[in-house]
Amino acid sequence: MWKFIIKNTLRMLLLLWVVSVVTFAMVEISPIDAVSAYVGEYAVTEQQQQKIAEYWGLNESPVVRYCKWAKNVLHGDMGVSMIYRKNVMEVIGERFGLSIVLMGCAWVLSGLIGLFLGIVAATYQGRLADKAIKVYCLLLESSPSFWIGMLLLIVFSVRLRLFPMGLASPIGMSVSEATLGQRLSHLALPVLTLSFTGISKITLQTREKMIQVLESDYALFAKARGESVWGFVFRHGLRNVLLPFIILHFGSVSELFGGSVLAETVFTYPGLGNATVQSALKGDVPLFLGITLFSTIFVFCGNLAANVLVAVANPQIREGGNRGKRSKKNEKVTA
Amino acid sequence: MNQKKTLLEVRDLAVSFRMYETGLRQRNLQVIKKLSVSLHEGEVVAVVGASGSGKSVLAHAVLGILPSNAIISGEIRYQGELVTDELRRNKLGTEIVMIPQSVTYLDPLMKVGRQVRGTKGTKEQQEKAFERYHLKKEVAKAYPFQLSGGMTRRVLVTTAVISGAKLILADEPTPGLGEEDALETMKNFRELADAGAGVLMITHDVDVALQAADTIVVFRDGMTIDQCTKEQFLAGKEALHHPYTRALWAALPQNGFTVPASEEEWRG
Ligand SMILES: Nc1ncnc2c1ncn2[C@@H]1O[C@H](COP(=O)(O)OP(=O)(O)OP(=O)(O)O)[C@@H](O)[C@H]1O
Ligand SMILES: [Mg+2]
Repeated sequence: MWKFIIKNTLRMLLLLWVVSVVTFAMVEISPIDAVSAYVGEYAVTEQQQQKIAEYWGLNESPVVRYCKWAKNVLHGDMGVSMIYRKNVMEVIGERFGLSIVLMGCAWVLSGLIGLFLGIVAATYQGRLADKAIKVYCLLLESSPSFWIGMLLLIVFSVRLRLFPMGLASPIGMSVSEATLGQRLSHLALPVLTLSFTGISKITLQTREKMIQVLESDYALFAKARGESVWGFVFRHGLRNVLLPFIILHFGSVSELFGGSVLAETVFTYPGLGNATVQSALKGDVPLFLGITLFSTIFVFCGNLAANVLVAVANPQIREGGNRGKRSKKNEKVTA
Repeated sequence: MNQKKTLLEVRDLAVSFRMYETGLRQRNLQVIKKLSVSLHEGEVVAVVGASGSGKSVLAHAVLGILPSNAIISGEIRYQGELVTDELRRNKLGTEIVMIPQSVTYLDPLMKVGRQVRGTKGTKEQQEKAFERYHLKKEVAKAYPFQLSGGMTRRVLVTTAVISGAKLILADEPTPGLGEEDALETMKNFRELADAGAGVLMITHDVDVALQAADTIVVFRDGMTIDQCTKEQFLAGKEALHHPYTRALWAALPQNGFTVPASEEEWRG
């Protein structure tokens, strides 16, 4: 157990280090100049620009700047965001609070819908329901999520006026002031958009796995014992498609994060994805690095959770992995 | 034996599979051409035949678990009643059962006890059946992968007996088993038949089947070509009509000269 924790902590630290170096290098070679991005349209003199650059410490060599930054991070100081003029941790905390609601809802929704569609398609393999679901998945897979988002916007916000155009709360109102109903109505379209990214993959995988299960020997045996197809699906099918589902769905956290950047941009939802785009476009290096590190940890935890859950849920790993325990509990009896 | 009630009667069964070749050309693959077999209470019938001769298809036809591309004709009766989906709904898993061949017929992620109970059995029935087949109580809480070969065999048999099955179909019950386990399986079948059930055993292994069977049905190219009692079969060449049956007999390890000592106890 301790070995597992230490091993994974080390892996994560190594990953964070590599990611931070690569991100830093990429920001460095990117054509965006932080100062001119910051001042934007304002007329500023060369001298003033110099001052800002000095204030941000942009005149030193990249290596020196990286080392300084890394040292501060190790001391728990992620620096100050240039565009929001707040502590990076504070910005991330605020933004993440909004994003996690969005991503969480979308994640649960896509999981449930994908699982449901996959099971239905497999159970009615080759029939109309199956074909319709496959076409639906194909359509989803070949349409980019920002496009789906805009489509939803046009239909539900512009035409039908059922949902607001964007933001996380009514204009002029902070999120904490908004009522639950208001927040939900602002969440609906972004959540729907984001959930679409995962659905088709989960559906197709679940369908594949469930077909395998339905063609298995134990399915035949269940049939020979008079169990109905749906009875079998609930009794045996679900538990057998659940493990691959967990691996896929927890492992898809990185795609979820990527998708949230697009969804938040389309709906101007003030979450972390939005801040990512802003920090990148405006060359806000401390914030950008901070978000990168944070999302790395987030994705890493998602994958870790998948591994742990699978180990807990799979009896072959849970009870068979530890031979000492097993021989005590379920010893093999020979006649 | 003949006064005993007929459990299963299969008359002129024919099964073919609708196959689609390239394009839309359809071809029917005839697997069983003409098959008749009957099984009485207290009887063990061994259906022997080469691989691919359609033995499994026969069992699956009775159970109604053939794939949807199968075309079935002929008559299957259970206790004189025509076997329909309605009858299957009532009797499958309780009166009519199948004993599967290997551990792959168990859900790898469900505990054995719950699987043996199935949807129709109770915990009491399962515990009684486990006791009868010398399976420890803890086995109910094990997963299939934790069972040894012999235990698996007994667990599979318990799935059939918990509810007092009358008609038992066993498809290839012995391959992959050691001699000891194979003999034990035969003993189980004999006991079940002696208790009043009818066992239809599908097998390659004539030698092992003879340990329990009363009747041998020889199956070839989708047809029953011969049927004889165990005594006829053991008596050898003179008593057997069909050359294929004679060949089967000649292939027995003892070649008709001696009966192994272990056989004595089975003959009763
Ligand atoms: N669903 C199916 N579609 C098409 N052909 C099938 C199907 N099921 C079985 N067959 C064919 O029917 C024939 C008989 O199969 P079956 O499984 O009954 O043989 P068997 O006598 O049980 O053989 P074995 O001893 O190897 O188990 C085989 O040639 C097989 O190819
Ligand atoms: Mg077979």
